[in-house]
Formats: sequence, structure tokens, C-alpha cells
Amino acid sequence: MPVGAASWSFTEDDFAAITQSLQRFLHDSNARCALLVDRSGQLVATVGEQPKFDPTAFATLTAADFSANDQLAKLIGESDFNSLFHQGEKESMYLADVARRVILVVLFDNRTTLGLVRLKMKETVNELTRLFEQVFARPTEAQGGGPGLLAGADDEIDKLFQ
Amino acid sequence: MSMINYASREINCKIVYYGSGLGGKTTNLEHIYGKVQPDTRGKLISLATETERTLFFDFLPVDLGTIRGFKTRFHLYTVPGQVYYNASRKLILKGVDGIVFVADSQVERMEANQEAMQNLYDNMAEYGYDLTKMPFVIQYNKRDLPNAAPVRELQAALNPGWEITDAARQRVTPDAYHAGENLVEQLPTGEWIERATYFEAVAVTGDGVFETLRAVSKLVLKSLA
Repeated sequence: MPVGAASWSFTEDDFAAITQSLQRFLHDSNARCALLVDRSGQLVATVGEQPKFDPTAFATLTAADFSANDQLAKLIGESDFNSLFHQGEKESMYLADVARRVILVVLFDNRTTLGLVRLKMKETVNELTRLFEQVFARPTEAQGGGPGLLAGADDEIDKLFQ
Repeated sequence: MSMINYASREINCKIVYYGSGLGGKTTNLEHIYGKVQPDTRGKLISLATETERTLFFDFLPVDLGTIRGFKTRFHLYTVPGQVYYNASRKLILKGVDGIVFVADSQVERMEANQEAMQNLYDNMAEYGYDLTKMPFVIQYNKRDLPNAAPVRELQAALNPGWEITDAARQRVTPDAYHAGENLVEQLPTGEWIERATYFEAVAVTGDGVFETLRAVSKLVLKSLA
């Protein structure tokens, strides 16, 4: 039994590869903005137009939305819903699962269509899935600075609350 | 599931406040929200019913400062206290790095506390997480009330300890927060046990709130070291 949730980390190279893939997607689909959120609610990356809302709150709610829908899927006999679509009058969002650990959220408006976003997203999700599977397969220890990074941090934490 | 982002030099961790209904979980977050510098915290998000009972969760991100050049961001969550929201309680535990169990000290809430504790163990086990090996802190809240049970009784009911079978860990470990008490010790029966560290609190006035947060954060960061 694992002790708890596994931690994971990603490097600047990972970040560059993710950003590049998402930029290409935004260009091809004409969507406004793409966010990557991990399943526990943490924001991993934002690409495209910088959102005007609080991205941290957005990420948390996205993860909750996805988790709640996962449970709804199970209730109706599906293992999960690997994508979700929320339609607004002007702004809409499309969410898709990546490697079971991350959620890709795309915000778009009437400059594009759901069909095009969905089509282009498929390739991007495949690409990101490959990328993230590599990230998750890599042991944290290999990051050089993972363990030991926080050694002796107790005093620093104490100081933060003084 | 802590996430270390080497690109933005951030460490992200998730802490969940768990416990029975009306125990003071949301009050803990509200106090933290009110006390920390606005530039080091985000919005306090509450998914609550019209009567202000937590429906899904409350959420507060706080930056605890920089360690080794990495910004430490703690995402604090509460779960709904009522049992009939168990499905959403469980969702919040996904990817948790540290747990604070907020117990209501009132004698008449003892059973509700025990039920919530059992429910926490069960929900964690469903994710395959072992609570006894994770950063885990108990807060006895509402210590100011006249009907608050003695800490000794609360400890016996909610924090009796779990058995340690690993010989390497079978050595007396004092509780750094309570002089004369031990976190790991041998019972008269010969069995070695470990307890979670605990704090007394009055969340409405803020007593014990930061002590609890500091202790659990420290345990979480230690678990990453």
C-alpha cells in the first residue's frame, strides 16, 4: 500500500514541450486559452491569452468538476467521462483527461467552433498523454534536488509563521 | 500529491481539514484567510448551501514563503461535515498530502467525532493511502466551551494510537508540542504505539489555528525531504 499520494515534478524542458504543444493547438483551433490542471487541483500551466479570473481558484474548481463528473459516470455505469463541455453564451470551455492525472481545459469563444476545438484537441491530448506519461514514469529522485531540497526546512517554516 | 514545478520554482501541497459537521473546519480557514497577508493568499472559495453548510468544499491557497528558492504553496481544503455528503468528501481527499482532523470537543459530539474519524480512515484506504504513515494532525476545537470533554478522554477516543511493528521505529519519541507526553511509546502490555500530534484550539478566536497549520505543513514538507 502506498504511504500516500505520489508526488511528481516537472522540469523546464517538460514545461517547454507542454507549452509548445499547447501553443500549436491554440493556433490551429483558434481557441483563446489553454490551462493544464492536475487532478488534485493544482495549476500546472497556462498558455495563450492570460485569463482575467483567479487561475488558482479556477484550477481547483476544474478538478472538483472533473472528479464529480467521474462519479456521475460511475453511477450510470461508465468508467469515466474523458471529456466535458460547458457551453456559455459567449465563452465556452472544453475539458479533457490527459493520462488520468491531468486535465486540459480550453477556453474559447465564437471565433471558433466546438467541432474544430474538439478535433484539434484530440491530437493534442495524445501528444500531452505521451509527454506526461514520461514525466510520471520518471522517479522524483532523478530530479537532482528532489530529496534534500527541503532538508532542514523546519526552522524556515517556523520563521514563516512568526 | 505534491507537485514540484521546476519551471516556476514552486512546491504545491494539498492539506485537507476533515471532521464532523459544525466542528470548525471552515472557521479554521476563515481565520487563516483573515490573518495572513493578502498578497500571500488567494481567494477563499466556498461551495456551501444557503445555510452556509459546506456542500462540496472550502478552498484557500496560501503561500508560506520561499524555501531553497522554491515558493511553497499550500492548498487548504475542508470537506463537508455531514455524512450524506460522503461522496464529495471522498473526492476532496484525492491527492492529499496532509490531514488535519478537527474534532469538536463537546462531550455530546464524541460519537460524531468517532464516526468522522472512522470515515476518514475508510475513505483514505479506498484511495490506497495509509493515514498512519502520512502527515496527520488532530485539532481539539472549542476548548473554551463549558461542556468540552477533557483532552485525556478525547485522546483515548480519537487518538488511541496505532501499533508499530517495525522494530527500528520502536523507540520512545517525545511529543515536541506537549512536555512529558510521547508520540511513540510502549504500552504496559508491551505493544508499541504511535499517536498523531494534537493541538487544542478555539478556532473562532484563532487560538491554536496557526499552531495546527504550522505543524501539518512542517510534516508535509518533511515528508518531501
